[in-house]
Amino acid sequence: MSVSVRTSSALILALLLAACSGSGPPYALANVTGLVAPLEFHLTDQNGQPVTAAAYRHDVVLLYFGYTHCPDQCPTTLAILASALHALGPQASQVRVLFVSVDPRRDTTAVLKRYVGNFGPEFVGLRGGQTELTRLSKRYRITYHYEAPDKYGDYEVDHSSAVFVFGRHGRARLLGQVDNTAQQYTSDLRRLLANS
Amino acid sequence: MPPPGAWYDSKMSPVVTDLRYLLPWQFYPTVFLACVIAVALYVRGLAALRRGGTPVGFGRAFTFFLGVALNYAALQTYVDFLAQHMFWIHRLQHLILHHVGPVLLVLAAPEAVLRAGTPAPLLRGLCRVPSWIRRPIRLFFRILQHPLIAPTLFVGLIFFWLTPSIHFTAMLDERRYLLMNWSMLIDGILFWWLMLAPRRAQGSAAIGYGTRIIILVAVAVPQMILGAYIALHSTPLYSIYAVCGRAWAISPLTDQQLGGLLTWIPAAMMSVVGVLVVLHHMMHDPEAGTRHGSLRAPAEPAGSS
Repeated sequence: MSVSVRTSSALILALLLAACSGSGPPYALANVTGLVAPLEFHLTDQNGQPVTAAAYRHDVVLLYFGYTHCPDQCPTTLAILASALHALGPQASQVRVLFVSVDPRRDTTAVLKRYVGNFGPEFVGLRGGQTELTRLSKRYRITYHYEAPDKYGDYEVDHSSAVFVFGRHGRARLLGQVDNTAQQYTSDLRRLLANS
Repeated sequence: MPPPGAWYDSKMSPVVTDLRYLLPWQFYPTVFLACVIAVALYVRGLAALRRGGTPVGFGRAFTFFLGVALNYAALQTYVDFLAQHMFWIHRLQHLILHHVGPVLLVLAAPEAVLRAGTPAPLLRGLCRVPSWIRRPIRLFFRILQHPLIAPTLFVGLIFFWLTPSIHFTAMLDERRYLLMNWSMLIDGILFWWLMLAPRRAQGSAAIGYGTRIIILVAVAVPQMILGAYIALHSTPLYSIYAVCGRAWAISPLTDQQLGGLLTWIPAAMMSVVGVLVVLHHMMHDPEAGTRHGSLRAPAEPAGSS
């Protein structure tokens, strides 16, 4: 009897807590809690060090797939994220933007390091082989493909535009799209930092 | 395993035929097991019926295997990758899972072969399932196969999974994606069995051939309206393909128009095929002229003479 009372009161408490956490206004970004796989990867960072998701378990993480030769979408998105982090102020130190290259042939660690350095100290460049990239693309259900090279051997890479936002401990929470503004990222990140 | 960019690679390299395209992009044990069990039971059944002196014709067996193969290919080959990253191939995948594949399976009328292929102890076990389990299952089946509910479910599932916000989450979450595809396949088999199986094979669930023609025409209309709406919409409805990336370079509107056309024309044409099959039944089924089939058919000649 007492067990069942305790269980049911715990259940009611849990329901109330769930109701509270869901009672705020909706996030500006798409809420993907429970839909997207938790953060997990085995890649190499811009200093050539192997790194896994565990290294960022205390941070709010923004995961983006792109490449440094990208003419438009990547620099635009990263600039929006940089401006959003700037507006966060000191709290930005608890946020990491992981830029995973889908063009590891051209994006060496040195190239990546120079590139992400342009956007701020919170930006990390990551690269991996095709096996790990394929695994990640399946996990996050994204894709990319290489366009035909021009006469100089330059080519573009068509890729996803999603910014996956993970709360602390790698739990997927939000999904940023091309039409989301820096202000929207800032306010959503503030909320995530406060309650994750 | 081909990388996501393999489509481009295959165009670059002279060797296009690559066995890796036949391998699953994502392995779904449920799909794999269902196909393996279906084929194994059917092959066993073919052998048993041949030994029993009533071999199954090549056409029927071929139709069954083609149906299984098409459904398998839609889910367990590179098509699955393309369907996740290209709207019109997703529509093609559902045309197979919800229309063409189930129609082939039903036209093959595999029930007798599958029963002959089921190991005897298992068959006996199934017969011994107590009625308190069997009755609710039968009731549930009856409800699903109600002449108003079945077509509503058939069209409703298409509209449900094509609602932009729901489509977004189905493409983002592997479990929802699998649920979507299984729901289409199971509903496709239920619906087309109700529409196309001869009445004597349906037992108590049977509905009249005239009613079936009305249902087949009725389900075509909303599919055509939805397909036309998607094909003629001037802005992209399904942002998920831009968010997650498309399988190859194609304008979002072209992708959407092709997907809309696939929802509109071939899906509606399947209703025409269905009506032709029903007309064939009507002409060849001696019970077709009566409202209650086998109940009245024997009585009538006696009364008229």
